[in-house]
Amino acid sequence: MGKEKSKSGPLARRPDNSAFKQQRLPAWTPMLTASTVLPSFYLLALICMLLGVWLLLTVQNTQEMKVDYTEAGSCNLCFEMRKNVSNAGQKCTCMIMFSIEKAFKGDVFIYYGLRNFHQNLRRYMDSRDDGQMLGRKSNLKSPSSYCKPFDVDEKGVPIAPCGAVANSMFNDSFILTYYTINGPTVVPLLRKGLTWYTDKNVKYRNPKMDNLTLPEVFEGTTRPPYWQKPVYQLDPFDPNNNGFINDDLLVWMREAAFPNFKKLYGFLYRANKPFTKGLPAGNYSVAISYNFPVQYFKGRKEVVLTTVSWFGGQNHFLPIAYLVTSGLILLTAVVLTVVWWKFGKDGKNMAD
Amino acid sequence: GTLTWRGNKYSLDNGKMLLRGCILRNTEWCFGMVIFAGLQTKLMQNCGKTKFKRTTIDKLMNTLVLWIFAFLICMGVILATGNTIWETWIGRGFEMFLPWTKFQIGTVFSGFLTFWSYIIILNTVVPISLYVSVEVLRLGHSFFINWDVKMYDCQTNTAAVARTTTLNEELGQVEFIFSDKTGTLTQNIMVFSKCSINGTIYGDVYDEFGHRKEITEKTACVDFSYNLLSDGAFKFYDNTLVEAVKQKDSAVQEFLRLLALCHTVMSEESEGKLVYQAQSPDEAALVTAARNFGFAFWSRTPESITVCEMGQVVTYQLLAILDFNNTRKRMSVIVRDAQGRIKLYCKGADTIIFDLLDPSSKDLMHTTSEQLNEFAGEGLRTLALAYKDLDEEYYDVWMKKFLFVSTVLENREDQLAALHEEIERGMKLLGATAIEDKLQEGVPETISKLNLADIKIWVLTGDKQETAVNIGYSCNMLRDDMTDVFVVSGHTLTEVQQQLRKAKERILSLSRVSDARNDEDNDIFADDSVFEEAIITEYALVINGHSLAHALEPQLEIVFLDLACLCKTVICCRVTPMQKAQVVELVRKHKRAVTLAVGDGANDVSMIKTSHIGVGISGQEGMQAVLASDYSFAQFRYLQRLLLVHGRWSYFRMSNFLSYFFYKNFAFTLVHFWYGFYCGFSAQTVYDQWFITLFNIVYTSLPVLAMGLFDQDVNDQNSLRHPSLYKSGQNNLLFNKRQFFLCTVHGMTTSFLLFFIPYGAFSVMVKEDGSHSSDQQTFAVTIATSLVIVVSVQIGLSMHYWTAVNHLFVWGSLAMYFVILFAMQSDGLFGVLPNIFSFVGAARNCLSEKSVWLVILLTTAVCIVPDLFVRSIRASLFPTQTDRVRQLQQSCKRQRPEEQNLRRACRTSSRRSAYAFSHQEGFGELITSGKNMRTSRVSSTCSYERTAPSSKWIENVIKRTNAVSCISFGSPNKQHQS
Repeated sequence: MGKEKSKSGPLARRPDNSAFKQQRLPAWTPMLTASTVLPSFYLLALICMLLGVWLLLTVQNTQEMKVDYTEAGSCNLCFEMRKNVSNAGQKCTCMIMFSIEKAFKGDVFIYYGLRNFHQNLRRYMDSRDDGQMLGRKSNLKSPSSYCKPFDVDEKGVPIAPCGAVANSMFNDSFILTYYTINGPTVVPLLRKGLTWYTDKNVKYRNPKMDNLTLPEVFEGTTRPPYWQKPVYQLDPFDPNNNGFINDDLLVWMREAAFPNFKKLYGFLYRANKPFTKGLPAGNYSVAISYNFPVQYFKGRKEVVLTTVSWFGGQNHFLPIAYLVTSGLILLTAVVLTVVWWKFGKDGKNMAD
Repeated sequence: GTLTWRGNKYSLDNGKMLLRGCILRNTEWCFGMVIFAGLQTKLMQNCGKTKFKRTTIDKLMNTLVLWIFAFLICMGVILATGNTIWETWIGRGFEMFLPWTKFQIGTVFSGFLTFWSYIIILNTVVPISLYVSVEVLRLGHSFFINWDVKMYDCQTNTAAVARTTTLNEELGQVEFIFSDKTGTLTQNIMVFSKCSINGTIYGDVYDEFGHRKEITEKTACVDFSYNLLSDGAFKFYDNTLVEAVKQKDSAVQEFLRLLALCHTVMSEESEGKLVYQAQSPDEAALVTAARNFGFAFWSRTPESITVCEMGQVVTYQLLAILDFNNTRKRMSVIVRDAQGRIKLYCKGADTIIFDLLDPSSKDLMHTTSEQLNEFAGEGLRTLALAYKDLDEEYYDVWMKKFLFVSTVLENREDQLAALHEEIERGMKLLGATAIEDKLQEGVPETISKLNLADIKIWVLTGDKQETAVNIGYSCNMLRDDMTDVFVVSGHTLTEVQQQLRKAKERILSLSRVSDARNDEDNDIFADDSVFEEAIITEYALVINGHSLAHALEPQLEIVFLDLACLCKTVICCRVTPMQKAQVVELVRKHKRAVTLAVGDGANDVSMIKTSHIGVGISGQEGMQAVLASDYSFAQFRYLQRLLLVHGRWSYFRMSNFLSYFFYKNFAFTLVHFWYGFYCGFSAQTVYDQWFITLFNIVYTSLPVLAMGLFDQDVNDQNSLRHPSLYKSGQNNLLFNKRQFFLCTVHGMTTSFLLFFIPYGAFSVMVKEDGSHSSDQQTFAVTIATSLVIVVSVQIGLSMHYWTAVNHLFVWGSLAMYFVILFAMQSDGLFGVLPNIFSFVGAARNCLSEKSVWLVILLTTAVCIVPDLFVRSIRASLFPTQTDRVRQLQQSCKRQRPEEQNLRRACRTSSRRSAYAFSHQEGFGELITSGKNMRTSRVSSTCSYERTAPSSKWIENVIKRTNAVSCISFGSPNKQHQS
């Protein structure tokens, strides 16, 4: 700092008289005055109000149906059966009846919901190997240590997909039946296209095939201990929906942020009658292949049917939050108006 | 000790010492050897310890960081306890899906591990980058000080230099200024400004209507070109005096002759010009004035003085010099002129001279006395001049007595004094001179500004009391409208104690009276500290070095300090450098206020080092003060800009910066805390690792830095025009523990809203295409985006001054966030390191969602509106001074700001100061003894060979005075500091 500049002359050390160095840069100096704050408050209140009303109206048009089948009806037996670990291999199916009073119009989505299942525990979330699921051969044969204790089985054979997340994959399946006058009709469900494009095409890849079949590629690996089928047999109908790019697996692998969550199971195939306009009102049943044990963690399982609007599924939180916010902003705006109206004169004379 | 050189022994005594810090004057070089160096020198021993200076905000910051640390540990404990409980009740059931590892033995141990995990996750709440950023800001502020063209002095070609980069915001909190006088307040230049000769005042300029005009730069000077010997630097504005000289007015001639003869100035020729070497600048000014008016002192020998009177060389025989000393307060010379007449010329303090006058001068004395009052009122130093014609016989008799007394061993001083007085009786008054002790430019304005900013200015000077008081008056520090000026000059502890007590009682009683009139309730004033605020009338305290030594003793220091703080102005005169430091230390210790010391010489180094902030004036007196200082510049008046503009801005910026920084870190980090309650206290982070890494470094660092560097609430002109804006810094209003608490609460609230609004939305949210979107990655991206937007809006609200750089940084940071977000979650990076960039696609899928944007919008609105509301309410209901000035500034933005002109008030004063002498005995003896001249050769050419006699002369001076005085040999006003 004490350095002299190379310039010489009587004013050699004179600092530059530039706007920057003299802190005279042209600047915008906004001030919180009544004329700037009040309109923005009212405007903001108005925007929130309009959004809130619009969202509320939209939400009114969506429908949602939740069926908790944890212990309901015949599922009680399955629930009891799953309490015993030794019965894990046995199959158990049960059926729940429900009715829809008002038709679900448009696209209908079917979810499975879990309560009290913590997919967001740190060790749980870390217990996966993205390299393996990207199809890296080296990771396939020697999974990341994060997957412990689900990296290799007792014999030291690597598990694919490894880790606690994959191991705990939800494995109940549903068959939805609509009871018309003509008799029961199975509600056709699309079970593909449930995931993000990036998940299906970027994040998860099967290992390179090199003219091998999928089971051959996965040779030398074993299925996760809680699974009944290996990863290459997850979808018995569509061979392209197997391995690490199985939609159900992908949906499960996208860990939920909170312990109560629902994940997409499938959506209504609307090509044939009577489902072209959605789900008609009437009686339905859902047949459940009851595999997933929830009693250990006091969890609940449910099937959720819902229609969506432009901003997603039925979501009462947003419109209400917007309306409340709008009200509060309006209140503060009114308080401010009163304050300025009463003390405005002081404000103008503040300069003295 | 002795020095043996070439077989000869030379004694080395005190008189041959040149102390460190001396400046050679009147000689160009001298031989020397180093005897003691470094810490053993007197200067260094006087310096006191060098302390590591830290600002109050620095200390506060350290405390706060400790608090934050404690808070962090608290959060860790809470979450760890939560983890233990959760693992006990819920986690056990989940063991099937997530078995415990071999390390995780039990729930308590799991809690213990969680504690450390959370300490790591939440460590961003401890602002580590804060320290770096603060240093960057301070460096920037220092550069702005260095770059300030308004603190650059063209004459000396020096710009202000911030030599320390760590104290800038402290400049905005100064409460006490300790100032040196000579070289700091004054230029140490004496200017002959007026005189009264035979009852006529010369030196005023009148316009055509007979009104007195203010002398400005533009006023035409008297043209001295007719006088070949005139000194070009001398300026006088009144032509009448020159005319009087030309008309050979006898009184005027005698007056000037006196000035040319009665002094102890030495002359020499340098580069063909006559140069005077004077013991004090006052004398030089007088002799130079005489020279310009045609009575040029040419040369002197021990027995003669040669004067060039109106072009004619006249040699006077110098019979005696009756020298100046502190009791006599006058000096006389006895000369025999060419005609053989013997004359005594005397100059001295008016009170003394008036007592010695012949009754015939009585009328003149009255007129002169009035004129002297007038001079004194203008803050000029005055001297009365008188002469006396002596009979040859009378003189012979007196001379015999004088010679006899000079050899008497006992009581010689007293007898000499009596003799002097005898011959000086019955003088005739010639007139009076008025010398202006030139203040540095803008000193009174600066002092009044600083006073308005509630900064107390204490003058600590080595000068004697009269000079100091005189300067006090001319700087507006002392005024006639002050209720009382207390002078403490006791020589013993008890005397000083009594004087201090008396002064304090007087202040208290007076204020009590005046308050009682206003307020019936007297009881509130029991407490002195309350009282300090209640004092309306102004007092001043003058204390000298002896008394100060007593006042600084432990039993008196509190009394002294209390009294001093009750007074508007405090002047300490004749203090040693060590005492200066002690006074500063006293205030530092007991008042907990920020102190600033300003000085220019080596004797100020100790106080500069002791005070919180040391300011060095880079003047003529060497570099010691500057080298020891934290800031240095060339003129005292730059102090107002340094404090009121740079200091205030610096403090303001730093406060805003810190508030925002703490807010930002709390808002950012505590989200993890809230998430802990939903993820089983498992130390799961909300955000992506990359976001955590980059948030403080990339996404939010630049806007806040721009704010810390460029923000201005009020521009510099208004800062100077409204010095009261400065008070917020002194009272520590902008950043204190309360402020810290508020901004952390604000940060916590923001984090709460940032977490729970998306939580509320996400727990029920389904994407537009039906797929679930309540996954952790979407949640993370949503919260991170909301957070970046909220803190960006928040900094927008905090910024008062949006330069292009601010715009660039704020918008740039936002843009940067999105760019990096998409880059980090791109396919390419994921392909390289899948386990590290596992957020692939999250941003694309999440931010293309309308509902996510609805959540972000809602979160932003909810986080910002309360703050905006509070700010607006505060601005309208409890506007600060700053708000007012800002509004004023806004309203008259288009008008050209006009410089406020603080003119020095014209004072009428009954006080006068008449000391145009140094406060030490003069060189009279030296001159008459002839020791200072090489031979007694009468030199009409005035060309001495300089080195030999000069060095001898100095030698003699050193012999006569004590060794220390040679520090200030060239500036005698400072001699008594040791």
